[in-house]
Amino acid sequence: MSAHVVPVKTYLGIFVALLVLTALTTGAAFVDFGDLHTGMRLVDIIPLNTVVALAIAVVKMLLVILFFMHVKYSSGLTKIVVMAGFLFLGILVSLTLADELTRSWSPEPHGWGAALPTILPTILPFIRGLF
Amino acid sequence: MWEDPVSEMAVHGAHPPGFKHQFEDMDQQREADSLGMWVFLVTEIMFFGGLFATYIIYRALYLPAFETGSRLLNVKFGAANTAVLIGSSLTVALAIHAAQAGKKKSEQVMYLILTMILGAIFLFLKFNFEWRADYHEHLIPGFGFIIRPEWGAAGPHVPLFFCFYFFMTGLHALHMIIGFGILGTLTVMAQRGRFGSEYYAPLEVSGLYWHFVDIVWIFLFPLLYLIGGRFAIPGVH
Repeated sequence: MSAHVVPVKTYLGIFVALLVLTALTTGAAFVDFGDLHTGMRLVDIIPLNTVVALAIAVVKMLLVILFFMHVKYSSGLTKIVVMAGFLFLGILVSLTLADELTRSWSPEPHGWGAALPTILPTILPFIRGLF
Repeated sequence: MWEDPVSEMAVHGAHPPGFKHQFEDMDQQREADSLGMWVFLVTEIMFFGGLFATYIIYRALYLPAFETGSRLLNVKFGAANTAVLIGSSLTVALAIHAAQAGKKKSEQVMYLILTMILGAIFLFLKFNFEWRADYHEHLIPGFGFIIRPEWGAAGPHVPLFFCFYFFMTGLHALHMIIGFGILGTLTVMAQRGRFGSEYYAPLEVSGLYWHFVDIVWIFLFPLLYLIGGRFAIPGVH
């Protein structure tokens, strides 16, 4: 009745793999992989160097989580909690991007800009008075 | 509080040190320990996630400035520090292994001290070489930042990249400094022989924390140091 003991050999193997991947990602930065053009607002240019660097970082992260942090040998409940963390991070990033990337899709509703010059002189002195 | 001395003795005699009575057995206690730590780490993912999400938006908005700023950082120190931090992750994992495998307490203490030494090397390289050089090169926003003419149109937005650089590496360094306090406490506990093959929960959950800090750096390294590429670009030195 004891927890799964990961052998030292496994830890050393993961350590070497992480060092190799660090050397690989550093070396890859000195090679020009070119750009990807999407034609979308804000993310028109995607440098493939960034894609390569992040892909290697994800592999390194998985090695650390699965072996150093023992998630490979943990219960299903722990695995679900770990995945939920990344799911919520995904929601945070994707919903923020969904706002930022789609701002140019629809024109400004009629009248929104027109009202501003008449409202501003009235509210500006009030806002200044606050400070 | 009323206690039955006979049953207390009987219960205490039967279980390994460190066992809490609300659990069925040590396996259940271990699972609850690491599960609780992971719930905390999920809040940490979201804590750093806010910074990462903001970074993603502003990198997209000011890509040339972020690439220019990234090339100003010293990739040698960045890569060396990544290796140092991975090494410290290994030593903390070996400290836990030493407890699990029922090795002598001196082995646990040695690995914990080694982890702190590697962490100190990381912070020394970061503060003494990188941040100091950034200060002398006028690259710290708010402390005499100078926009260089060779940056061209991207120039005015380069301080924005350095705001991200100092906030992200600073928050990461703060986590490491907190980690020193935790590791120091663990070293004292290990020296007093508190951990064995059945009970090592403080080592296990602190290890999870230290590995998490390592993972944050695994992403900070490419996002800050490698994002612009290091190859020769016409007009950029």
